[in-house]
Amino acid sequence: MLTKILPNSSEFVQKRPILSPSDGQFLIAKPLFLSILNYLRKRYYPGAGRIGHAKVGSTVSVFDRAYDDTVRVLDEDGEVVGDVPDLDDESLVEMYRHMRLARHFDGRAVSLQRQGRMGTYPPLSGQEGAQIGSAYALDDDDWMVPSYREHGAALVHGLPLKQTLLYWMGHEDGNNAPPDVNVFPVAVPIASQVPHATGAAWASKLRGEDDAFVCYFGDGATSEGDFHEGVNFAGVFDTPTVFFCNNNQWAISVPRERQTRSATLAQKAEAYGIDGVQVDGMDPLAVYSVTAAALEKARDPDADRPRPTLIEAVQYRFGAHTTADDPTVYRDDDEVERWKRKDPIDRLESYLRAEGLLDDERVAEVESSVEAQVADAIDAAESMARPDPRELFEHAYAELPPELERQYEEFAALRDERGDAAFLED
Amino acid sequence: MTDTQNLTLVQAVRDGLHSELRADDDVVVMGQDVGKNGGVFRATEGLYDEFGGDRVIDTPLAESGIIGTAVGMAAMGMRPVPEIQFSGFMYPGFDQIVSHMSRFRTRSRGRFTLPMTLRAPYGGGIRAPEHHSESKEAFYAHEAGLKVVVPSTPYEAKGLLAASIRDPDPVIFLEPKLIYRAFREQVPEEPYTVPIGEAATRREGDDVAVFTYGAMTRPTLEAAETLGEEGIECEVVDLRTVSPLDREAIVEAFEKTGRAVVVHEAPKTGGLAGEITAILQEEALLYQEAPIGRVTGFDVPYPLYALEDYYLPSAARIEEGILKAVEF
Repeated sequence: MLTKILPNSSEFVQKRPILSPSDGQFLIAKPLFLSILNYLRKRYYPGAGRIGHAKVGSTVSVFDRAYDDTVRVLDEDGEVVGDVPDLDDESLVEMYRHMRLARHFDGRAVSLQRQGRMGTYPPLSGQEGAQIGSAYALDDDDWMVPSYREHGAALVHGLPLKQTLLYWMGHEDGNNAPPDVNVFPVAVPIASQVPHATGAAWASKLRGEDDAFVCYFGDGATSEGDFHEGVNFAGVFDTPTVFFCNNNQWAISVPRERQTRSATLAQKAEAYGIDGVQVDGMDPLAVYSVTAAALEKARDPDADRPRPTLIEAVQYRFGAHTTADDPTVYRDDDEVERWKRKDPIDRLESYLRAEGLLDDERVAEVESSVEAQVADAIDAAESMARPDPRELFEHAYAELPPELERQYEEFAALRDERGDAAFLED
Repeated sequence: MTDTQNLTLVQAVRDGLHSELRADDDVVVMGQDVGKNGGVFRATEGLYDEFGGDRVIDTPLAESGIIGTAVGMAAMGMRPVPEIQFSGFMYPGFDQIVSHMSRFRTRSRGRFTLPMTLRAPYGGGIRAPEHHSESKEAFYAHEAGLKVVVPSTPYEAKGLLAASIRDPDPVIFLEPKLIYRAFREQVPEEPYTVPIGEAATRREGDDVAVFTYGAMTRPTLEAAETLGEEGIECEVVDLRTVSPLDREAIVEAFEKTGRAVVVHEAPKTGGLAGEITAILQEEALLYQEAPIGRVTGFDVPYPLYALEDYYLPSAARIEEGILKAVEF
């Protein structure tokens, strides 16, 4: 039985008093048969101490919910329906600003590609809530292991926009993050970064450090062997890893239902003995809360609780998979419109306006500041000259083998003789 | 006179799939985005509508799953044509390719055979993202039990694909995406085959034999024309199949000229050029008048696109390589 038995559905994220079996364990709003099943499991396996994932006597947390019991803080209109995380006003507005920044960057990037000023680019619009919300939960020392669409998350964690632009403009330097920014290089092959995140977190654990690691990937990635192997290792070696699945419903043209017969992706955690939770990925505050709780659990292990967590952030990509595909071929406009009504930016904005933290004037300020910031980043990226061909060879090895030196010298001599134009297609 | 259509290479691939799907109910096309979306390069456009979701199958995103289930289907006598969206994503399925696809016949002493064709676009030059541009045909040529085919024209793409699908053994069919839409050619509407394992002479010449395949055929021919104006006549041989190699054609062209250059965009070390050079040493040493040249990608990871023009063998580098062989 995959469905976890829940205590009170409003009990999550914020640390609440411990629920004892008498006051909360059986107060579940789930169908009766689950209660009975749960009771029987508890009765006949008392030593296990678990009901679903709810450890009797432990802090009742976000992880003790049914896999399909989606965590929400803001509804589609920005009304509060859950526990608002403990963030100060400035952070909330800053989170909003970052989401606007990511959205604006995205639009400009697509336009640069259309104008031939950038190569293929994977848009993120619609996914700002998941990206910015989760990245806000990281400490600076924590590590981010992204796929290839996490421009917004990486930005929050310190990766300059210029780096992201350079990468998609075909410059290797784009993957060379500043040394104090704990972001792994972009991983294009699907799910291939998942074992890396487990291994990196494992290294931290083996060295007695307390950094946590968040690994991003999509719904399609959960079909790959690397996902299962990476998450399984995390379970076995109890690594401080948060697996953050951006379920945006589509792997290019293949819908989420074609990836797995499982009702949720969160429930895949069950098979590996780790915690799994589904969150509304277009609700930045819910995403923040869930990720913060998962990171805390990763870092500060309760010996009876698995350190790794699988978070399924349910969301939608408003645009194409990349600038190379046309989503109108494979999905309906109605569906897109339905999801657009859940726009994470609108939701947070409504909430912040209601709280008196935003008004028209402040929104206008945010708009103009993000426009300027993106324009500056584009100028900086576009001012990069074409790299010298020596760069092809420079980082292949710590020390260039003589044969590669020879290959370079031969090429350099020919380039001197013929000029650059003989080699460039443009 | 058969009717023809003026097709690009990728349209010819689509036409070849269409013909084989129509001719044989055991043929199925499977992969990511091959169905409703018609393939990321449109290589399967319209096939889902015509043949339905049981024969043109969108799969989960899992290369090992795609290739491994195709092995199972083929073992049961079907003729699956799995597509991996870019050859750079074949590696999760590499275990299936080298542990099973290549070995099923041998391991079962012929009881099970795998009449499957694994298609993938490959090669560089289209300003694609990371891992979308590599040429790793040598991996597969190195693996006994596989055939490795690389078409370079629309006509041959359709005919070689049909031959691959009908072949009793597994074929890796690598499509040079740089020339997917580079030019058109008259392609017969009727099904036909172009034989696997036979090279084609693209240009005749007495001074030097230049061996190449796939997307490099065009810059090689361009270099040959330029040199032709200077009185250097190149015999350009398009291998078309890189495993098994057409030893006879390779040796014949070399014996005619006594000089040879091999051009491929894959890295030099361990590449097909080394194999061709070895064949010439074995079979035609006494004809040799100059060192055999290799014009290839460098032995470095394939770069992001800002540097890829420097990486790929250009006509200038090919000319230089040919001149070296001729002027030795």
